Amino acid sequence: MARTRTRPDREPRRPRTVLLVLLLAAVALISIDLTGAGSPARTAAGAVLGPLESGANRLLSPFGVDAFATRDDLRAKNADLEAENARLRGLVASSDVDRTRLAEYDALAAYTTAADLETVTAHVVGIGSAQSFRRTVTLDAGTTRGVRRDMTVLGPDGLVGRVISASPTNATVLLLVDADSVVGARLGAEHELGMLRGDGSVSGTGRLQLEALDRSAVPEVGDPIVSWGSRGGVPYIAGVPIGRVEKVVESPRDETASVTVAPYVDFSALDTVAVVVGARQGS
Amino acid sequence: MAARRAALVVGLLVGAVIVQVSVLAPVIPTAVVPDVVLVVVIAVGLCSGPTDGAWAGFVGGLLLDVAPPADHLLGRWALAMALAGFLAGTVDRGSRPSWLSDGATVAATAFVGLAVFALTGVLLGEPGLTLAAALPVIGLAVVYDVVLGLAVVPAVRMLLVRAEPAPRVRW
Repeated sequence: MARTRTRPDREPRRPRTVLLVLLLAAVALISIDLTGAGSPARTAAGAVLGPLESGANRLLSPFGVDAFATRDDLRAKNADLEAENARLRGLVASSDVDRTRLAEYDALAAYTTAADLETVTAHVVGIGSAQSFRRTVTLDAGTTRGVRRDMTVLGPDGLVGRVISASPTNATVLLLVDADSVVGARLGAEHELGMLRGDGSVSGTGRLQLEALDRSAVPEVGDPIVSWGSRGGVPYIAGVPIGRVEKVVESPRDETASVTVAPYVDFSALDTVAVVVGARQGS
Repeated sequence: MAARRAALVVGLLVGAVIVQVSVLAPVIPTAVVPDVVLVVVIAVGLCSGPTDGAWAGFVGGLLLDVAPPADHLLGRWALAMALAGFLAGTVDRGSRPSWLSDGATVAATAFVGLAVFALTGVLLGEPGLTLAAALPVIGLAVVYDVVLGLAVVPAVRMLLVRAEPAPRVRW
């Protein structure tokens, strides 16, 4: 015990200095990331932590028996996934806008662009907590399966979001309900255009706010909304069902209407999704 | 001995990140998830002092900043958790640990950590983040964290003592 007598203070003397240095380091990191230089670190960390997340989710989820699946099980699962894939493709081609007057036009337009989608099926293996105030999820498919930044992500019920970063084995998806998410949308039977923004709400399924580009046109409750689509399908392909108009609050003074859209997708219960990796060429 | 301890803490933090993001988040029905990483950081601070607490907070926060679903600015959790770990370490450790003091420490420091994270977001202009929207989220998270802390703090205390069995010398 004589050794301890010479160094009675086993801890470093100045915890406050350590704290100050660490806080400054964190501030430095934040300012480095403000310039956009932080993404390599994120990709590198994703390459290490992503597979761990996939593994943990597979082992500990209620479907944990998958880890001990036999080949027949895997074959059956593969068939299921293929069936689901086909269903998703059908869903994209024949979106919920069918009942409207524009159905034929949209179906035609969407058909050429969207009918022959090539998708990668993936599972949600990680979910950002509400305390982070962002709505993002991790998928167990990455660049090795063809998933890249700015690709559209579809759920069984409609549009889910877009890929914002991808490591070799995993991808991060920004959900539609995130406050940072903006989607071009086409609404109602009159082919109006608007922009859908996430309300950033972190509880429940979340809602979207619609800004119609044509202020005079006010949508009706129940109008279906599909994605407008950008050039080259980046980041969103056209004609994917998004949701229904849930509430319209008109304010006559400034002639605007606040339109709330309920998405078809339940963002609090995401599991299997499909990433659109491209349209098949020459078909 | 210090290396063993540090390795243990880093291992605990990595495990905590995975549990928080991939195991608890899909299971918990609310969007708010127990902050497993934050609670481990607070436990380390409680059991081995402000310096270790601040270091554990910095490392754990950094892990949560870069672990895949994260899209906020790098370093925000590191900042908040370094502070929380330090504060947990400054709690008087001379008295015998009790459930009540553990719970109170977790509640207070978790609130500070979560609030600092939200505040940095507001200051940096993260989209759609207001204090009014943040408060209920933080409140529920603190409740979750206290419940989790009552289990995690004794477990971490036991693990740390086992990693470093030498008794503390006082005279």
